[in-house]
Amino acid sequence: MISQLFVLSQRGDNIVFRGYRGEVQRGSAEIFFRKVRFWNDDGEGDAPPAFNVNGVNYFHVRVSGLLFVATTRVNVSPSLVLELLQRIARLIKDYLGVLNEDSLRKNFVLVYELLDEVLDFGYVQTTSTEVLKSYVFNEPVMIDAARMPSLGPAAIFMQGNKRMPGTAITKSVVVNEPGGRRREEIFVDVIEKISVTFSASGYILTSEIDGTIQMKSYLTGNPEILLALNDDLNIGRVDYRSSYGSGAVILDDCNFHESVQLNSFDIDRTLTLVPPDGEFSVMNYRMTQEFKPPFRINALLEEAGLLKAELILKVQAEFSSSITANSILVQMPVPTYTTRVSLDLEPGAVANTTDYKESSKRLEWGLKKIVGGSEHTLRAKLTFAQEPHGNITKEAGPVSMTFTIPMYNASRLQVKYLQMAKKSNTYNPYRWVRYVTEANSYVARL
Amino acid sequence: MAPPAQSQRSSSPSQPSGKSEVSDLKLQLRQLAGSRAPGVDDSKRELFKKVISYMTIGIDVSSLFGEMVMCSATSDIVLKKMCYLYVGNYAKVNPDLALLTINFLQRDCHDEDPMIRGLALRSLCSLRVANLVEYLVGPLGSGLKDSNSYVRIVAVIGVLKLYHISVSTCVDADFPSILKHLMLNDSDTQVVANCLSALQEIWSAEASTSEEASREREALISKPVIYYLLNRIKEFSEWAQCLVLELVAKYMPLESDEIFDIMNLLEDRLQHANGAVVLATIKVFLQLTLSLTDVHQQVYERIKAPLLTLVSSGSPEQSYAVLSHLHILVMRAPYIFSSDYKHFYCQYNEPYYVKRLKLEMLTAVANESNTYEIVTELCEYAANVDIPIARESIRAVGKIALQQYDVNAIVDRLLQFLEMEKDYVTAEALVLVKDLLRKYPQWSHDCIAVVGNISSKNVQEPKAKAALIWMLGEYSQDMQDAPYILESLVENWDEEHSAEVRLHLLTAVMKCFFKRPPETQNALGAALAAGIADFHQDVHDRALFYYRILQYNVSVAEHVVNPPKQAVSVFADTQSSEIKDRIFDEFNSLSVVYQKPSYMFTDKEHRGPFEFSDELGNLSIGGEAADNVVSAQRVEANDKDLLLTTSEKEETRGSSNNGTDYTAPYDSSSTSVFASQTRMELEISNPTSAGHAPQASLGIDDLLGLGLPAAPAPSSPQLKLSSKAVLDPSAFQQKWRQLPVALSQECSVSPQGVAAFTSPQALLRHMQSHSIHCIASGGQSPNFKFFFFAQKAEETSNYLVECVINTSSAKAQIKIKADDQSTSSAFSTVFQSALSRFGIP
Repeated sequence: MISQLFVLSQRGDNIVFRGYRGEVQRGSAEIFFRKVRFWNDDGEGDAPPAFNVNGVNYFHVRVSGLLFVATTRVNVSPSLVLELLQRIARLIKDYLGVLNEDSLRKNFVLVYELLDEVLDFGYVQTTSTEVLKSYVFNEPVMIDAARMPSLGPAAIFMQGNKRMPGTAITKSVVVNEPGGRRREEIFVDVIEKISVTFSASGYILTSEIDGTIQMKSYLTGNPEILLALNDDLNIGRVDYRSSYGSGAVILDDCNFHESVQLNSFDIDRTLTLVPPDGEFSVMNYRMTQEFKPPFRINALLEEAGLLKAELILKVQAEFSSSITANSILVQMPVPTYTTRVSLDLEPGAVANTTDYKESSKRLEWGLKKIVGGSEHTLRAKLTFAQEPHGNITKEAGPVSMTFTIPMYNASRLQVKYLQMAKKSNTYNPYRWVRYVTEANSYVARL
Repeated sequence: MAPPAQSQRSSSPSQPSGKSEVSDLKLQLRQLAGSRAPGVDDSKRELFKKVISYMTIGIDVSSLFGEMVMCSATSDIVLKKMCYLYVGNYAKVNPDLALLTINFLQRDCHDEDPMIRGLALRSLCSLRVANLVEYLVGPLGSGLKDSNSYVRIVAVIGVLKLYHISVSTCVDADFPSILKHLMLNDSDTQVVANCLSALQEIWSAEASTSEEASREREALISKPVIYYLLNRIKEFSEWAQCLVLELVAKYMPLESDEIFDIMNLLEDRLQHANGAVVLATIKVFLQLTLSLTDVHQQVYERIKAPLLTLVSSGSPEQSYAVLSHLHILVMRAPYIFSSDYKHFYCQYNEPYYVKRLKLEMLTAVANESNTYEIVTELCEYAANVDIPIARESIRAVGKIALQQYDVNAIVDRLLQFLEMEKDYVTAEALVLVKDLLRKYPQWSHDCIAVVGNISSKNVQEPKAKAALIWMLGEYSQDMQDAPYILESLVENWDEEHSAEVRLHLLTAVMKCFFKRPPETQNALGAALAAGIADFHQDVHDRALFYYRILQYNVSVAEHVVNPPKQAVSVFADTQSSEIKDRIFDEFNSLSVVYQKPSYMFTDKEHRGPFEFSDELGNLSIGGEAADNVVSAQRVEANDKDLLLTTSEKEETRGSSNNGTDYTAPYDSSSTSVFASQTRMELEISNPTSAGHAPQASLGIDDLLGLGLPAAPAPSSPQLKLSSKAVLDPSAFQQKWRQLPVALSQECSVSPQGVAAFTSPQALLRHMQSHSIHCIASGGQSPNFKFFFFAQKAEETSNYLVECVINTSSAKAQIKIKADDQSTSSAFSTVFQSALSRFGIP
């Protein structure tokens, strides 16, 4: 049972505060915020998502720079409360189109209305957008979506990809388009986060893909749909060696949204579902089968005379030249006794930024775009205040990289088709299937 | 409307004091109250929004109550809702004014629109004003019978709210039994779920005073109710599923067929994308199979993949909640996860609290086949820029070294740490090398060579400094400079702020003196003088003690301060197995995240449904009074246990034997007090005088079951067991769940016993020859689990034992439950002496 639920801005202001049971005192929001803010004073990094102060348990999730917080005195299931907070954030986003401090402040009465129906006396009642639609009456006040960074992984589709109607992502499920008509459309996004660790010699130590098939439906009447995946998709570690090389996609494991029917999944890899309104994950999957990483990173750090060292960082894009990666950032910590860094890009490099962060002793190299097949190099000269203690590569690194690659997925999992279960000549909504790969932890050691 | 943003920056100097704004609002509301002009609802909406935004940021707008109520006569549903929200917030502090709202709320409870009926009923019950409860009973009664499920959903929770305002009104109106009827018959599963939540709360609260309520509460986990809920499980919302599953986890099936039926039915819940559903399902699986060791282990295998998937999908917060649960499973059965170690590698961008859990898991799963890779990975983190994690990683490497038999490679790595010349790395590594030497004295040569090169000036952290000083004292014969380093440390006595370091310095100088008297004599004199003059009580006392014992007899002093040492075989866990078991019983709750059982962070009334089954077990044995006493004692015992284990407890495989003068049975209370006192003494006396006072430790060791096999058996334990005891498995399970743990102990298994452990069957035959019968067994090397039972010879009084034996640490964890609690410690003695003789021809 949840006692209170509140949403705080980054500065700790209450935007919404709802008490359900009166067991926790009103000042809890201040206690919470102070605790979170000064957590790192004990040298333990960020505050964990659940902690206890004087018998009150505080749960929080961070979404779009906002803190969604629940309190209770009861020893509840932490994953239930954290899932719920995340769901509430998503629900609000479904209603408001965009979730941020501004949209929340403009719509706080609507949010109260939602929170009243989602929880009663601290018990969860419903989080289904359809059900809530009939009980929630405030119309969302839309904010200008164009200048607002939107929430979630799907946001990346908005950047410079002309094939996509960018505003669709920030559309409220309850508001009609100008002109009073709703556009019938459904989005299916295959989003993969990849983690790779390269050893100093370039060998892959660990690799994993965490994928999710995310759906956002604006179809009226909630029709049943069919979503077909690759035929050669395998789940569970079936005999590794025999299937490797045969091109089969082998997932270690996956889970599904509760609306998904798996009756024919084992036969033809088809998911049947009646998509609920709003955004949700149809399927989450995890893969540790070997795959070809999109980027190779080479880093060479060598001493070059007294109190000096030279660094060469090379990034190679190993995907097709028809694909372009966006917003690449390569970072590397240098030895703490580094006093000066001079950075050198290769001649002809465009839209590159380089920076040395003195305070955190870290190199940053940003690239707006990398076209498949290309190679980029950064050279740096480091000056030290003292002699390195032996092996200099133990004092620096690792190199980490973040990027986004639209229309690319490393697992080769495909959505073969997306169909309405009942075919009709008159009803043919827009269907968008999109792929994107992001770096989760992409690291090369020195 | 002006966005409330401007007025909400609470910390800014422009913070509205509230007063003038509120009186302004009051005026405007009054003007609108009676107006029927077109568009008046829109203006009211704006005003109401302002009121609520003030309420949100904590400005007191309760003075507007009258005006708000006047304005509430409207058909605009948005206005109504804002008004309800306001009224719910302030009715409690304005009970008189709240009466004003009763009228319109009651009228709305009869509205044609079911939604208005529901909303009004919810607000009516949320007023929380004791003297208005009489107005609630009627609307609630009709709400529960409403044809619309929304109204019923609201009404059920309304009953719970009423219960919290006035218990007697709620009970007198017979609402609990109406809820029970609804729970078993309503077509809407949310109504069913709310009934279940409400009844759990009501009957748990009532159970302490009403026999009937406790029976009703017990009936919730009876077979018919559980099966009824399970059969409908897929109709429930995902959140309500969690509620049902939490209840099912407390159900005790009588036959194993049932267990498999339930697991088959719930198997697909493990593929749910909602982590809360998956964890609740896992709890059911774990609880159901507790007594079926083989199946229990299969459950671990089965849940591995879904847990790992949840950890890597979802937000970092969700993944942390799941990871904490994975952590407890890994710590319980590391061998099942040893091939998955790569999943526990840290990613550079993970927060501290995630990395810390992962490091602990990596440490736990390290075994012969993966240690090399794990340690290599940990060494990468040790060089990391993240200093707290670097420290934890070094500690992890050390722990792995202490739990492995083959430590060559690891020792090299640790020594490399010392050569990295980073202060914090050196400090952590020194502490580890010290522990390593205590367990593997054979490595002293390699280690001392490297430690000798460290300048004590570069070591500042007290723990590290103390470790270095300990090594200087312990190995002064092998370190050429030892006396001189110690001497220079003594010279700087006044600058040493840590009492711990000064204590170690005293002892180290003493040890050095016994080995190299001429070189150390000066330093010793200076140290004793400084120590006796020290303001710190312990330092002063120790110095004085050394001084006097030296005066008395130098060889006695040597025997006390520097006796021959035995290597430490196993460093004790910081958490007792009792505590760990309690946390495990509270799976899928905050206990797992905090790594503490609920009684340590939550007061009794808020422990939630998780304590439920425990209490139930007690209730079915005895009356109220006895019940309370038992649980109080148990908590106390736990606290004691915790204290004991946190004081750095070392199990030494003492050479003493168990020629015993201890005879059972004692009166139970005095026995337990006696046992815990002597245990305490043992903890204290052991480190300083290991092996010094064999007389005293004889009996104590026996109490702890530390007796070595070479010893003669206790001549004749007075507790006689029946050699023909019978107990069928279901009766065992039933009893196991009902009885509280009477005793929980850890004891050592003799080397011969470990050697004889090639097949667990041998142990079963051996125990049977002592009239202790096995009912279930399982596990694989090095962890084995057994359930035994025994009966008293002359009466059918049962003893149930869970015994977990780890052959690599040569430890047995024993949990005893008994029909007759007073004889459980006597039985424990019999059991442990039987166990200790295993493997002796």
